[in-house]
Amino acid sequence: MNTLVSPAVADATPHRIRIFTPGRIAAWVVLAAMLVITLAPLWMVVKTALMHSADVYTESAQILPTDPTLANFKRVLGFMTGDESRALGGSGAEINFMRSLGNSLLFTSIIVVTQVSFAAMAAYAFARLRFPGRNVLFALFVGSMMVPGVVTFIPNFILIKDLGLLNTMVGMVAPFCLMQGFSVFFLRQFFLSIPRDLEEAALLDGASYTYIFTHVVLPLSITPLATIAMLTGINMWNEFFWPYLVAKDEVQQVLPVALQSFKSQTAQGQPDWTGLMAATAITVMPTILLLVVLGRRVVESVQFSGGK
Amino acid sequence: MADPAPRSPHALSPTRRSETLTAWALVLPALIGFVLFYALPTLRAIEISFTDWNLLRAPKFVGLANYATMLQDGKFWQGMKLSAYYVALNIPLQTVLGLFLAVAMDRLTKSLFVKSIVLLPYLLSNVLVAMMWLWMLDPLLGLVNSLIDGIGFERQPFFGGADQALLTVAAVNIWRHMGLVAMLFLAGLQNIPRNLYEAAALEGASEWQMFWRITLPLLRPVMVFVLVTSVTGSFQIFDTIAVTTNGGPQDSTRVIVYYIVQNAFSFYKMGYASAMSMTLCIAMMIYTVFQMRVMKASENDLA
Repeated sequence: MNTLVSPAVADATPHRIRIFTPGRIAAWVVLAAMLVITLAPLWMVVKTALMHSADVYTESAQILPTDPTLANFKRVLGFMTGDESRALGGSGAEINFMRSLGNSLLFTSIIVVTQVSFAAMAAYAFARLRFPGRNVLFALFVGSMMVPGVVTFIPNFILIKDLGLLNTMVGMVAPFCLMQGFSVFFLRQFFLSIPRDLEEAALLDGASYTYIFTHVVLPLSITPLATIAMLTGINMWNEFFWPYLVAKDEVQQVLPVALQSFKSQTAQGQPDWTGLMAATAITVMPTILLLVVLGRRVVESVQFSGGK
Repeated sequence: MADPAPRSPHALSPTRRSETLTAWALVLPALIGFVLFYALPTLRAIEISFTDWNLLRAPKFVGLANYATMLQDGKFWQGMKLSAYYVALNIPLQTVLGLFLAVAMDRLTKSLFVKSIVLLPYLLSNVLVAMMWLWMLDPLLGLVNSLIDGIGFERQPFFGGADQALLTVAAVNIWRHMGLVAMLFLAGLQNIPRNLYEAAALEGASEWQMFWRITLPLLRPVMVFVLVTSVTGSFQIFDTIAVTTNGGPQDSTRVIVYYIVQNAFSFYKMGYASAMSMTLCIAMMIYTVFQMRVMKASENDLA
């Protein structure tokens, strides 16, 4: 199954010439409504994050903040003491979002760099080199995609615990950084499409396979490497379950885990909505930024990943 | 590569030997990862499912006892039922809305801006999405309830109501996944040759007929992919529930994966949790094979 976008086909003449048919107008209205429904929660997050805690009860339904303040952002980023924040009506929950932000960045970048490198190495071997057991091993790698997480997380948790790696960065990244079936599969598909002539010329010149991999194949593969790095990055930035299991400790928490525990701290009575929404807004920011900077690439990568 | 001197066919030439060595060296890190975190854990999960183990004492072999307990456990069946119910709520609406969005975008706009907005919810984590909607749907202060109140209806508890909590979780996840589904369908739509539509239009086919006779049948491979991945994904829902309802109110959202995680990490019944996860895994594999068979996934009408 292959669902690559092909612009040549997309740009062909539309089969309808009329532009303002009732059907089209209706479709536009529904599409616009869906876009509003998509954006409304995000707007409410930002708006609430800019509100004073005390105003939550009176102005929660307003579309614009009446008296915007940055206090909530200061609070969650740790530029304000617990006492100061309580005085402003916050929960005084002292979650250090800067630290979690750092953890998340480290967690994500370790996995992206290692997983993509190891996947590229394995994918090249599977695509171009002959070795005994190649096909069986590749089938097993691809088969690993079919095993649902719910099966492996208990043994993996026990393994990490036995190794004494609970609450460590190594324990958090371990199951993701060495191997991910999809990354190997995806890169192998691309390597197979590189013309063999290029490598054979290098081989005749006496180049080793390692040299060909690093000097011929990798430079030709910047786009697929970037695609798989981005997909891995998005998934890992959002990963909640595994870090939640192995690194509940505050010092090691990644953003989604910190956000969840920030929310649980205020379980008594009404949550600290303005603080929570400021934290949410901070966590959303990198994704929005990614879309603004690399929009087309992100959209195409996600479509691509579905085309496996 | 040409060898300088012919050898016996069984001995590897130096070039071949170095090729094999290089290959194994390149595969090694991924192989270690595969063995340590996929292959052995899968086998170990099977093994653990035959034991009684709370992590403190040594595991005790109990044969099929966990599976027998499971069949008698009302909460297990309840969890399975809730998961199935959740999938039944989630998938049809998500697929239809995604398909609608895809067709609308295909016809109306190529705007990257629109595509980015459509895809945005999927790029956010489950935790973030849950947090946003917890606020939007808050019974007292949430925007949605203010609107409902404003037009004269009764405020709804949403996540807090036993009869509507699971429905609310489903709605939130439809919001998150609709755009992804739309993007996958859109990619599929753009592979359908436009001249098919032109020919149909010349024959006087209506818009509606073209959708049912051309678009939908030719989208079948994408449809299979979307259904298989979204159904198995929905069956594993956990994050949203962990943030919003914790299985409540009155166990109304204690879906099977939530119950498995509770057994493993709150009650420390590793064996029992593993037995349930093996069962869930087998159920999903049967579903996947069934779905691919029924929809003849490997055949392509465009070829």
